[in-house]
Amino acid sequence: MSNPALTDAQLERYARHILLREMGGRGQMRLLQSHVLVVGAGGIGSPALLYLAAAGVGHLSIIDHDVVDLSNLQRQVIHTTDRIDAPKVESAARAIAALNPDVKVTRLKSRITRENARALVAGCDLVLDGSDNFATRFAVADACWFEAKPLVSAAIGEFDAQISVFRRGADRPCYRCFLPEAPPDGDRRCTELGVVGALAGVAGTWAALEAVKELAGFGESLAGRMLLIDGLSAETRTITLSRDPSCPLCGVGNALDASASPLGGGGRNA
Amino acid sequence: MRLTINGEVQDLAGPLSVAGLLERLRVDRRKVAVERNLAIVPRAAYETAMLEEGDRIEIVAFIGGG
Repeated sequence: MSNPALTDAQLERYARHILLREMGGRGQMRLLQSHVLVVGAGGIGSPALLYLAAAGVGHLSIIDHDVVDLSNLQRQVIHTTDRIDAPKVESAARAIAALNPDVKVTRLKSRITRENARALVAGCDLVLDGSDNFATRFAVADACWFEAKPLVSAAIGEFDAQISVFRRGADRPCYRCFLPEAPPDGDRRCTELGVVGALAGVAGTWAALEAVKELAGFGESLAGRMLLIDGLSAETRTITLSRDPSCPLCGVGNALDASASPLGGGGRNA
Repeated sequence: MRLTINGEVQDLAGPLSVAGLLERLRVDRRKVAVERNLAIVPRAAYETAMLEEGDRIEIVAFIGGG
């Protein structure tokens, strides 16, 4: 066997991964040794968490302040009717424990904010953002940039999904290069408009696929590109993102929070 | 000037900048990204980026739901 550290049970559980030339035992070991922070255990986070857990990502931290509501169950497939009113992080942890005992789960029943984001992000290998508002998305994306952590970002709205990967690098765009600040009425779109549950499933599942690729180190990264899915017309497109020299975060001399950043401060703004 | 905007061919009078196009289409520039011939146009260049015959424009609305 390519890696003696995998147990017999793991060789069997992950056999369909190990069979892939791109993944193999080596890629599987990387997944088992990885720590992913999933922001939001909602429409996107639910399928993403299930697939990351099934894939054997060794440590999943889940942050979500909310409890399971009846109206969530149309799309948030990690939760169940008998767990209505339970904290989403508890409900998700129970589903993951039942699915794969290899996975350690850290439950964080709180909001991710500008104040706590960097500390949370710093401890993991990759962040998957499936949150439902722009304030959270900016807090997460900025923290990932400052801590130089790969970010898999997935968003949905009505019949559209957008998935991208952001990795900090000299010529690489950050989230704010694409979206400098929250669009007017942006969060109204998120919370008050409908979505077909299966579209959330597509977005969360695809985000999990990109996370697995980043962690195991195979395939073509979605970094620098964005996948657009139109659920209504059944069409997909990939657009190329580019670094914006006037970006409020990574633009020249613009580090958004330079004073608080050992990475972005000092020379950048001096 | 013939442009393809989100897959639809449209004839628009030029000269026209990206900012002018968004105004003409009544699209709030704060709500979208604009891709021109497969590259995102930086917002700072909206006024100076002049559209040309045959340009393929994609206007991508920002979404943030989860």
